[in-house]
Amino acid sequence: MPDIAMETSTVNLTNAPAARPEVLREPVSSASFGIVEKPLSMWERVTNQGWVRKLALLVVLGVVWEVYARQLDNPLLFPTFSATVTSFVKGIFGGDLFAKALTSLRVLLMGYAAGIGCAAILTVVAITSRVGTDLLELLTSMFNPLPAIALLPLALIWFGLGTGSIVFVIIHSVLWAVSLNTHSGFLSVSNTLRMVGRNYGLTGLRYVARILIPAAFPSILTGLKIGWAFAWRTLIAAELVFGVSSGSGGLGWYIYENKNQLEIPNVFAGLFTVIVIGLLVENVVFRVLEAKTVRKWGLQS
Amino acid sequence: MDRMKQAPMDRMKAVRETPLLAVRGVTLQYKTKDHLVTATYRVDFDVLRSDRFILLGPSGCGKSTLLKAVGGYMKPIEGEIRLKGDPVTRPGPDRMMVFQEFDQLLPWRTVRENVMFPLRSAGRLSRRAAEEKAMEYIAKVNLSAFADNYPHTLSGGMKQRVAIARGMAMEPDILLMDEPFAALDALTRRKMQDELLTLWEGTRFTVLFVTHSIPEAIKIGSRILLLSPHPGQVKAELDSLPPDASGAEVTALEQRIHSMLFADAVEEPVAEPAHA
Repeated sequence: MPDIAMETSTVNLTNAPAARPEVLREPVSSASFGIVEKPLSMWERVTNQGWVRKLALLVVLGVVWEVYARQLDNPLLFPTFSATVTSFVKGIFGGDLFAKALTSLRVLLMGYAAGIGCAAILTVVAITSRVGTDLLELLTSMFNPLPAIALLPLALIWFGLGTGSIVFVIIHSVLWAVSLNTHSGFLSVSNTLRMVGRNYGLTGLRYVARILIPAAFPSILTGLKIGWAFAWRTLIAAELVFGVSSGSGGLGWYIYENKNQLEIPNVFAGLFTVIVIGLLVENVVFRVLEAKTVRKWGLQS
Repeated sequence: MDRMKQAPMDRMKAVRETPLLAVRGVTLQYKTKDHLVTATYRVDFDVLRSDRFILLGPSGCGKSTLLKAVGGYMKPIEGEIRLKGDPVTRPGPDRMMVFQEFDQLLPWRTVRENVMFPLRSAGRLSRRAAEEKAMEYIAKVNLSAFADNYPHTLSGGMKQRVAIARGMAMEPDILLMDEPFAALDALTRRKMQDELLTLWEGTRFTVLFVTHSIPEAIKIGSRILLLSPHPGQVKAELDSLPPDASGAEVTALEQRIHSMLFADAVEEPVAEPAHA
């Protein structure tokens, strides 16, 4: 308080405005002004749901597809939406589409899990030592731009025609994206949180698991999403190149086969399956994961 | 209140005992991108049990750096820091820190879990005992109703109260507070200062408190260490006033400390041209 007194004593007050009367008021009772808190209308509440808006968009896209395809009237080039859905349903319940999708998913999950495992090892090495950081940076800048498919011929020589080769190229496509994001997430953990963790006496893996991973989870989640998309693309592309093996090819092979037989609605049904699985994983699996973690923790709005 | 008044007398007796925290001739240096900065130069002080010890000084006097050194985050290049006779070498839960930043709570844990976490990870208590103790201290800072909230739903003052509860629940040898109220608005800050004193009356914990506010130092502290800037050196170590001191006494001490800090500010412009 004395600081203020000292300061004001030196200030010139002659230009201050003239004295004004004091104003004292009683707040009015809230009953006299209509709304204090009112529930939103049904329409507002429904349109506030993200999935409702997205579903509406999907319906619009489906209608546009249907109208365009009907005008074109060339099922060999562009079958209608309804024809695609029909052959999708037929493929799932009568044909082998479901089995093919399962085969693809199985290989995909194997590669994805292995890729994440490798990424975890690489990033833990990277944050615990400076050489590790250099190694990670060097490896990602070398291999991240390399398309996974470009490695496929080599993988075929090493692992032969079959699951091994596909898993190898999927690991390659997942590993770098996930490592890069996880590492940059670790680097951006606030210094205060790091100090808090060390204050608790946490060191080594316990420190990584209990402080760094949850704190970097928004970035890790982004890495997982990108990795998932990369894995899908690589898988389908690899299956298009060869699916001939062991007669149990996946979705990529299904698409390729049906194209050769000019079963174009089936080709679309195959693509449709890829899209549906992608939509489900993104909007159900990852969304739930987000809601249970980063959104709940206020790390992401 | 009476016990607080007696504090100076107790101190005379206690000086002969080993201090809880002994800082002896501590020189601290840190590197910025292109400078080696000496933050403090040969600082000495003793903190006794149940002290409310304040490190006071203008910005750039190395008081936060000193607190970090006590926390074990950096090593002195000269001198030593001993806690209960043992040299401080690394961070540990026997010296819980309360930071200035609001993001010191783990965002992925609720208030209750945040307070429980160090209790559990130190492995001292069972889950149940940790939960009980956490709730006890959450009640002490009046946040029982928010025990299951996540930190991002709390206001700044509430977050700092959780951080204080977390620090106190560990019952550390010494609580280190780095300007914990500096980022709060003036009204909340004043309330938090009162609450901290009430908490201290209840448990009489030892606290080392960094601030740059003279009124805060006098209000909270029982003993005040005054540091001069660039690099931090001990300028004075004073006893603060009991909480029931008269306004005139407080003003007098405030002015005394102010003039000590102000002396530096006057010296500087004179010294500056001589260098240039």
